Amino acid sequence: MTAATPPTVTAPAKPDTVYFFGTCLVDMLYPEAGLAGMDLLRHAGVRVIFPEGQSCCGQPARNSGYMEEARAVARAQLDAFPGDIPIVVPSGSCAGMMKTHYPHLFEGDPDQPRAIAFAARVHELTAFLVNVLGVTLEDKGAPVTVTWHPSCHSLREMGVVEEPKALLRQLANVTLVENKRERECCGFGGTFAVRQAAVSTAMVSDKLASVRETGAGTLLSGDCGCLMNIGGHAEKVGDGTRCRHIAEFLMERCHGG
Amino acid sequence: MAADGGHHPEHAPRFAERAPDALNNPQLRRNFRRAMDGLMAKRAAQFPDPAYWAELRARGAAVKARALAKLPDLLERLETNLTANGVQVHWAETTEEANAIVLGILQQAGARTVIKGKSMVSEEMHLNAHLERHGITAVESDLGEYIIQLAGETPSHIVMPCIHKNKAEISDLFAEKIPDQPRTDDVDELTAAARRVLRERFANADAGISGVNFAVAETGTLVLIENEGNGRLSTTLPPLHIAVTGIEKVVEFLDDVPPLLALLTRSATGQPITTYVNMISGPRKAGEKDGPTAVHLVLLDAGRSRVYQDVELADTLRCIRCAACMNHCPVYTRVGGHTYNAIYPGPIGKILTPQLQGLDAAGDQPHASTLCNACAEVCPVKIPIPDLLVRLRREAVRPTETPATHLPVVKDGGAERSWKESLVWAGWRLVYTRPLLYRMVTRALAWGGNWVPASAPLMRDWTKARARPRFKPRTLHDLARERGYLNEVPK
Repeated sequence: MTAATPPTVTAPAKPDTVYFFGTCLVDMLYPEAGLAGMDLLRHAGVRVIFPEGQSCCGQPARNSGYMEEARAVARAQLDAFPGDIPIVVPSGSCAGMMKTHYPHLFEGDPDQPRAIAFAARVHELTAFLVNVLGVTLEDKGAPVTVTWHPSCHSLREMGVVEEPKALLRQLANVTLVENKRERECCGFGGTFAVRQAAVSTAMVSDKLASVRETGAGTLLSGDCGCLMNIGGHAEKVGDGTRCRHIAEFLMERCHGG
Repeated sequence: MAADGGHHPEHAPRFAERAPDALNNPQLRRNFRRAMDGLMAKRAAQFPDPAYWAELRARGAAVKARALAKLPDLLERLETNLTANGVQVHWAETTEEANAIVLGILQQAGARTVIKGKSMVSEEMHLNAHLERHGITAVESDLGEYIIQLAGETPSHIVMPCIHKNKAEISDLFAEKIPDQPRTDDVDELTAAARRVLRERFANADAGISGVNFAVAETGTLVLIENEGNGRLSTTLPPLHIAVTGIEKVVEFLDDVPPLLALLTRSATGQPITTYVNMISGPRKAGEKDGPTAVHLVLLDAGRSRVYQDVELADTLRCIRCAACMNHCPVYTRVGGHTYNAIYPGPIGKILTPQLQGLDAAGDQPHASTLCNACAEVCPVKIPIPDLLVRLRREAVRPTETPATHLPVVKDGGAERSWKESLVWAGWRLVYTRPLLYRMVTRALAWGGNWVPASAPLMRDWTKARARPRFKPRTLHDLARERGYLNEVPK
């Protein structure tokens, strides 16, 4: 039997308020990227709260094996983001730490239920813009060719694959060319970059070569660790590739910065 | 923190010190890049359907997890059923014991020459060298193993042991080592040359030694897969066959084998099936015309039962040795297998070696990773390698104890501990848990961070290949407030 009218499906209500977790790297080294992320959310009609008690997700200590220190800093974030509203993060790596590792980090700790609930509220910025807010962007910028660098943790911890590209494809004057080796790590890895400096250098040098092969003059990413690594290497070797956070790029083109 | 966990003057060079040799060898870099690109593409072609892959690996992981959960019981059943089949079972707690057992069997049989199928456990035992010292010649019959044996090298990969060499290098080696063998760029000619030498060795060997891919407890069957037929010849032609394997290779049922085989060959070489699948279930029976008259299995522990004691680390033992993790590892691809200075290189080696050999010998290995998760993504039995790398980093600085024994869970726990690094993280914790202090420190860095000299620790290593990161005059905390973003949800 065929129904006379399609069933009524109502889209879930979009959250009207979100928290923004800026990340420690953005806070000190790339604040303009963080601000752009907050502005994008604001332009999408969401009220953005930036809790001043926030600092770092704890990943540096966790990845170095210092679990107690990581847990202490993570707990400070649990305290800084009370309630049940979504937490949006302009980094797949920090989001991955909070979403996929907090529950395990707090194993056997009285705060584990709180950590699990917190983890469920964490969203990577581009995925949130696309999947939760369904933003539409209007490009006001001049024609430009860009390539995308997904961070390993955005890809493989947060499962963010198509969302940032979907945002870029909305922009009429932006040509997105894909890097054949985009899924390969850039060699940052936090302390890896200094502990294994030679291997890291070989990796970032190969990454930059693969970016150059795309012919795009601009590399965009959603993670400032990768940008600091690839962009820092490009600058050191005198390569002109601009390395930018996607939030900054989108804000500049759609809302004039 | 200290770029290095401490001073280890008494040690062999650590990973970071060994890496530049490989990194500065353009031929080696090209060989590995090409080989790994090829292997990744072949594997990807075998799993075009993500749903099929997800289902198959879930089955594979479940089979191995179930086998591990029942490990002590399955090992006993394996021994019972193998014995009933006429296979003699030996247990070795250490590689020394395993070597002594193999040597004893060979000596008792009066064997002087051995033909070997590929076996990483025998590499772990350094079996060839041990036999050589006792006047027994062992010849590797897997083509890759044969090549590196000629070259006097060790495997650089657990599935393709001579992947670090290209055709020209092998041609030079054969011309030098095999009598009357001219240089040739023809791969078929090179293979034929090896076959000529090996055929004679197969025919004349007093004993064959092989590894095992899966040991089936239910039926007492040793499963051995290979592509060259050398495994079949090594295990059927000589009158004596000795198989060596680790205790973690046991599975419960014969029905457990098909999903594991499907995962193993696809993940390893991108093949839906290998050319040979050997199911060895005993020596030659009365009235049979071929097969060895005696079959032995040596089951090696060598640290595995200790790994088994920790519920999280025990996942390491699920490994079916497909090498997909190394094929997809951006670090392995650049430095090759020899840089690891270990039997098992790449991601699986980085978690296995420190557990088998201890953190004193291999505590730096878990740090030779960016935690990019490429290994975990392709592991056919879902070993959470990055999580275990982090766990081992933790054991290296803050060892946990096994409650029953009060011994560190991992041998030489705490080997990488350094007071400097502990102090750095204590300071970090202090700052990052106190919002006011955090804002003071970040403001101070915003003001003065760019004056940190390029020669400072960390900065020195970073700036060798990269421009220094620049602290911005105002932090995001400052900007958020200036732009009117609220600090908390209004009541």
